[in-house]
Amino acid sequence: MRARVYVTLKPGVHDPAGKAVQGGLSSMGYAEVQGVRIGKFFEIELDDAALEPRARLEEMCRKLLANTVIESYRVELL
Amino acid sequence: MSRVGVVTFPGSNCDADLRHAVSLFGMTPVAIWHKETALPPVDAVLLPGGFSYGDYLRCGAIARFSPVMADVVRFAGRGGPVLGICNGFQILTECGLLPGVLLRNEGLLFQCRDVELTVGGAPTPFTRGLAGQTLRLPIAHAEGNWFADEETVARVEGEGQVVFRYVANPNGALMSIAGVSNPAHNVVGLMPHPERYVEGAVGGTDGGGVFRSLAASIGPTQLRAEGANA
Repeated sequence: MRARVYVTLKPGVHDPAGKAVQGGLSSMGYAEVQGVRIGKFFEIELDDAALEPRARLEEMCRKLLANTVIESYRVELL
Repeated sequence: MSRVGVVTFPGSNCDADLRHAVSLFGMTPVAIWHKETALPPVDAVLLPGGFSYGDYLRCGAIARFSPVMADVVRFAGRGGPVLGICNGFQILTECGLLPGVLLRNEGLLFQCRDVELTVGGAPTPFTRGLAGQTLRLPIAHAEGNWFADEETVARVEGEGQVVFRYVANPNGALMSIAGVSNPAHNVVGLMPHPERYVEGAVGGTDGGGVFRSLAASIGPTQLRAEGANA
């Protein structure tokens, strides 16, 4: 079983690195770019027999993969 | 003589400096490897700067699950003095002992230079006699931009938890916050490095006050007698 986890910055949290990428794209001529925010993407392999994989993955997000002070997470089971 | 634990994580690089600073001020440094499951008998615990676990995922995010951290959290809960410097501060925010998080510096650059800080907030074991003073200490970090939601900022300001504030903000930290304490004020974290400025020959002595304060706070009759490590 495989899962995808997306960890993204909550609205209102500064993202200096995203701003730098936005500046880079603008200076390359991509004038349509209005904003860039950088997040994290995890591919996680799970034992096929894992019980309650979604609940366990969400627990992993809360405990380690995301810092919920500044980040939100989304879990997809494939 | 008071015993002060200094935890070494894989990737810590200020642990030897910290132990040296502790001994300069008449305390006995006790090296603690992060794999220990219980703290040895100590009167205070210090978490050093560095790049624990290569700063992977988020600074301090993995170190907070090192075996010794569960006992550090218990020690803090009993009122034991705990200080996190730079990466140590990041670890303390990740494990929830201190409010907020340390984001990437505004402007992205690693900042390595001296800064001025004012000392304030409620009394802590690390800032005795320092309130109102301005200290010159070195910073060396890329993720020192302290951030929290509005409610947390208001609470931290209102409860005297802002212990150190930059005179000129080097990294975009909210309210120029350089260091905070927990609500009980026995746990403190800061981005600047007091242990690097304890001898004039290496640039300054303003960090000495932090260690002098700790030595005064954990005098022979303090925590150990109360079974802080029971």
